[in-house]
Amino acid sequence: MAKRIDVSGLHVYYGDFLAVEDVSMTIEPRSVTAFIGSSGCGKSTFLRTLNRMHEVTPGARAEGKVLLDDMDIYAPDVDPVLVRSEVGMVFQKANPFPTMSIYDNVLAGARLNNRRMSRSAADDLVEESLRGANLWEEVKDRLNKPGSGLSGGQQQRLCIARATAVRPSVLLMDEPCSALDPISTLAIEDLIHKLKEEYTIVIVTHNMQQAARVSDRTAFFNLSAPGKPGKLIEMGETNKIFTRPDKKETENYITGRFG
Amino acid sequence: MSLTTAQPTDPGPGPGNPRRELRSGSLPRYFPPALLASSAAVIAGVLLAFSSFGFVLWGVLTALAYTVIAVAASTRIEGGRKAKDRLVTALVYLCFTLAMLPLVSVLWTVLGNGLARFDGYFLSVSMNGVLPGMDAGGAYHAIVGTLAITGLATLISVPVGVMTAVYLVEYARGRMKRAIMFFVDVMTGIPSIVAGLFVVALWILLFGPGATNGAAGAISLAVLMIPVVVRSGEEMLRLVPQDLREASYALGVPKWRTITKVVLPTSAAGLTTGIMLAIARVIGETAPLILTAGSSAVSINWHLFDGQMMSLPVFIYSQVRMGGAVNYERAWAAALTLILVVMLLFFLARMIGRLFAPKSR
Amino acid sequence: MTTTDAPTVAPPPKGRRRIGDVVFAGLARGSGLLILVILAGVAAFLIVQAWPSLAANTANFITDRSWDANVRENPAFGVGSLAFGTVLAAAIALLLATPVAIGIALFIVYYAPRRLAALLGYLVDLLAAIPSVVYGLWGIGFLAPQLVPVYEGLARNLGWIPLFAGPASTSARTILTAGIVLAVMILPIITAMSRDVFHQVPQGHREAALAMGATRWEMIRLAVLPFGKSGIVGGAMLGMGRALGETMAVAMILSPSLAISWNLLQSGNQTIAGHIALQYPEATGYGVSALIAAGLVLFAITLVVNMGARYIVARGNKES
Repeated sequence: MAKRIDVSGLHVYYGDFLAVEDVSMTIEPRSVTAFIGSSGCGKSTFLRTLNRMHEVTPGARAEGKVLLDDMDIYAPDVDPVLVRSEVGMVFQKANPFPTMSIYDNVLAGARLNNRRMSRSAADDLVEESLRGANLWEEVKDRLNKPGSGLSGGQQQRLCIARATAVRPSVLLMDEPCSALDPISTLAIEDLIHKLKEEYTIVIVTHNMQQAARVSDRTAFFNLSAPGKPGKLIEMGETNKIFTRPDKKETENYITGRFG
Repeated sequence: MSLTTAQPTDPGPGPGNPRRELRSGSLPRYFPPALLASSAAVIAGVLLAFSSFGFVLWGVLTALAYTVIAVAASTRIEGGRKAKDRLVTALVYLCFTLAMLPLVSVLWTVLGNGLARFDGYFLSVSMNGVLPGMDAGGAYHAIVGTLAITGLATLISVPVGVMTAVYLVEYARGRMKRAIMFFVDVMTGIPSIVAGLFVVALWILLFGPGATNGAAGAISLAVLMIPVVVRSGEEMLRLVPQDLREASYALGVPKWRTITKVVLPTSAAGLTTGIMLAIARVIGETAPLILTAGSSAVSINWHLFDGQMMSLPVFIYSQVRMGGAVNYERAWAAALTLILVVMLLFFLARMIGRLFAPKSR
Repeated sequence: MTTTDAPTVAPPPKGRRRIGDVVFAGLARGSGLLILVILAGVAAFLIVQAWPSLAANTANFITDRSWDANVRENPAFGVGSLAFGTVLAAAIALLLATPVAIGIALFIVYYAPRRLAALLGYLVDLLAAIPSVVYGLWGIGFLAPQLVPVYEGLARNLGWIPLFAGPASTSARTILTAGIVLAVMILPIITAMSRDVFHQVPQGHREAALAMGATRWEMIRLAVLPFGKSGIVGGAMLGMGRALGETMAVAMILSPSLAISWNLLQSGNQTIAGHIALQYPEATGYGVSALIAAGLVLFAITLVVNMGARYIVARGNKES
């Protein structure tokens, strides 16, 4: 059920300020696409337009087309709430609901659509989602404990389980490892490898080794000067981007020489 | 797509469907305002047709009609979840409207009833020699009393309140700090009438029973005012950046001079705002003044230690207690005067806070 | 003081404190201590002055329903019915105000257009700026007459419920009217506390809810309300503390009485604060002392409620 994303001519504004200019790209299903670039280049902003989460920020708006398979998620009669249950998101800082148990955290999203889930169906969904997030073995004996009691890496995997329990076709990850230690990071990267069997995965990362390790394709964003809009510079097979990029800017960034 | 069917559980009709629909029937953006306007118009028409138009009835029926129709339409077209969202949205807007009703109503009735007597005469004569039912007299003595009592209360509260705030922010540590902060909080919760009784009890001990004067009133107001000044002062002093203090210490300026020359001037605007809001709060206090400053003074008395002193809020109360039509008119006019004073303080406080706020915020 | 007037001179030797610093710190500390002294003084003076009448009281102070205190000997009085009226009025106010206040706070933080939110919040704050005596005047001069037909309707249709048994008061100056006015007065307090906690809900939790496809209401239910629970409860209790001690609105709306009645549509109840304000001008003999005793009870009740509120709010802040 992974879906392809086709973006064409997308601009993102904060009020009058053009934050991201004219992005077009295709994101393949059942693959991992990494967005890299310096801070403030608009890659996170752009990521949020893929499930219309940018609309949560006051004054933010996007113009252009984002097709999810054949469906334009910006078409006038499309409901952003439904878009977000189709395109899930994991954030930089793990954010399980502090007042809910691990069990209820996993079900939080799924229950929105299906209030009268039977007990056994719920149990199955929790187990399946937690297994899918490589977390089941660690938490199966304390499902009724609050999610905030887990370690940072476990919390992040709990958030991934919570996102997959809604059964999206795309998972967006906004720097999911930047607050984690190396071991937890490795666990998440393993998980990303496994998840791409089923989902289209887009990950924003500051860590270029991580992009090289986990992604199939990489997109490089940059801005020409502070205050100017961010742009997609180039996109291609991760191998190619990291070894023989087409653009000088990309090469400078990859090799650590900034503009 | 086969992956979906291979999964052991399916959480429901929406999620998990290979071809989940992103479109949902949705009501147009102009639907809520349009529905609100049309239900208001239709209900006004119906009520007028039965000649039973009343603003309250109209408002209630319109809100009811809007909510029912919006939720019903949304359930049919957009589904249950969205309908619930619309229901909550309608309720939340309704709550705010509900809060505005008393505000508008109070201001409107005070203005409407108070203007009849609110004039230069009312503001410049006392009730001295005015017999019951006589169409004369004013609130000058009450204005004098309010100024004197509130002025003395402010003179007491500001130094104590600001210095306590300085102590809490600049000096106090550990248990002592927590204890004072806690008791300041407790003190904000003292009922005003208890503050009045406290001064009554104190005055009986000091001067014997029956001693009522303006100073007693001022002290009871100070008890209510000090914690408000402390809390706002604390907040303002904490906004002063630590760098500023350190820069001053680095120049070898002693701590007390740093506080008086750097910290307090930097937060002066905020402190003034807080003090004015505190004055606005106590200037309308009635209960403690009935107990301490008396409720039967009729003549102008500037002397805080000599005999009963009338004040605007007590004047309103005592006129209402007399119960005649003229008394009610005087009460409304005094209420208008009091509200104008309070609102003036309120707006001035906000203006000062906004205009002179430190730019670093 | 002379040493501090010339700060450019070499600093004083270690261990010796400047006189200016000592005096200023002493003043600051003294002010802080004065707060404690005042609070202790309030309790102490009330107890001292209440004692004579309590010692001479021939009736049970807690349960008795009479108030024969304005005598030179053998007073008989009790606060039972007054305490009942106080709690009943505050409970009505709380019941009416809390849901509305939560709605207003949600409206201002999550629903109102951003540009207007501050202004609208400010309008709600204005409700707190109106003096209580003006609310009382509004209550008897405007609200009560408007409520007469409403109460008659309630008595006609819901009269089988003891709370609304008829015949309704023809002046509508009843405990329900007092409770409604009190509700208006505590609305801004509960709203302010709720707004504060709603503003503190971490963005991460709200985004987490929205990102899995929650509507705005579902976001509030999942992320905002559980987080804000302690703030709302604390705010409601602070509002209750205010309602318990509020005097003027009650004293002006309710007539003197010492009855205990569950009937909301008939006059008969009175609160401690209202009773004190109404009786004080006529108090003689043991009267003042007895009223101070009643005030002591009110002080104790509000103290417990307020301390509970602060405790709940502080605990909530620690958890988050």
